[in-house]
Amino acid sequence: MEHQTFGGEVTIPHGAPTDDSKKRIWKTTIILSVLTIVELALGYWIYKMHSSGDYSHGLVNFLKGIIIILSLAKAFFIVSIFMHLGDEIRNMIMTIVVPLALFIWFIIAFLWDGISWKDLRNEYRPKDPVKYEQTAPAHGSTHEGGLK
Amino acid sequence: MAQTVAANTKWWSGGKSPFNVEYGKLMMWYFLMSDAFTFGAFLIAYGTVRVSSPSWPDPNFVFQSFPFLGSGMPLLFVSLMTFILIVSSVTMVLAVHEGHHGNKKGVIKWMIWTIIGGLAFLSCQAWEWAHLHHEGAWWGRNPFPNADGTVATTNFSNFFFTITGFHGFHVFSGVVINIIVTIMAWRGVFERRGHYLMIEKVGLYWHFVDLVWVFVFLFFYLV
Repeated sequence: MEHQTFGGEVTIPHGAPTDDSKKRIWKTTIILSVLTIVELALGYWIYKMHSSGDYSHGLVNFLKGIIIILSLAKAFFIVSIFMHLGDEIRNMIMTIVVPLALFIWFIIAFLWDGISWKDLRNEYRPKDPVKYEQTAPAHGSTHEGGLK
Repeated sequence: MAQTVAANTKWWSGGKSPFNVEYGKLMMWYFLMSDAFTFGAFLIAYGTVRVSSPSWPDPNFVFQSFPFLGSGMPLLFVSLMTFILIVSSVTMVLAVHEGHHGNKKGVIKWMIWTIIGGLAFLSCQAWEWAHLHHEGAWWGRNPFPNADGTVATTNFSNFFFTITGFHGFHVFSGVVINIIVTIMAWRGVFERRGHYLMIEKVGLYWHFVDLVWVFVFLFFYLV
């Protein structure tokens, strides 16, 4: 089959079936499972440190950073292998991936803002730190949800 | 990879689809990109509120129950949900693979497994929501204290139910769409059409739902 026609539009099949592609599916499955198990193990380690009460914040943050990086790796494998994006034409990949780069700004800007909000609040109202927050309303009342 | 395309193909000289992708599949990609921004906005809003709060409920304290086994088992139930979704993603990619071969029986078999995986995930989520609701958590109420022992705001449950609810709704739509295309495959619609591209497009959506769960799982349960 040289090409396929969909409604008059000629498309050359890529990612055509080979025995290779099935092997690749299983390999990716194993990678995803292993990454998930490692994430869970690190999560359990953090839990253990939290419940013992004796831990360094630096180590916990380091582990959380590793878990985030592992999740990004999982995202890469799902998108490029399972969704076959890696097999598409480069220009097409770029129209998907380049707009997603906005997330870099999005994440930095908003988290920065959140941290700065907390710092400013603690700096200018030190006698009333955002430590004791409003009591969660009991059943019923649904408003007044935000920080006071 | 049986790539039949020459490396120096002139994609933009006319007569060819420049992205070499069928229209519906390309549009599914753009839809998923926009959906990624929607989920991203939700998760970043959650992150912003979380880092601006002096303390936050400990997920290992909130999510520690397992059906029929009681409580005190953090991470266990959500690991089950995560693996169910990964496995259903694998069965979906196998259905797409059978579709490349034009193997109708294989497509239907793996699609049915994918639907079962989706339903299993939804059942797990229904159980978890019911359990948390039973413990007093819902939009606007949060019985769980902060990690440092202070009383928490309702932000935690608001974000949790909104984001997992939005994701669960995606899973639900995915299951419905999967059932529809499985029936179409069974009735031979794609066989007559000559290709199983519809399975690929639905597959893209399904993998995206799995992809979003990777991040929901990460930011609500793990970190």
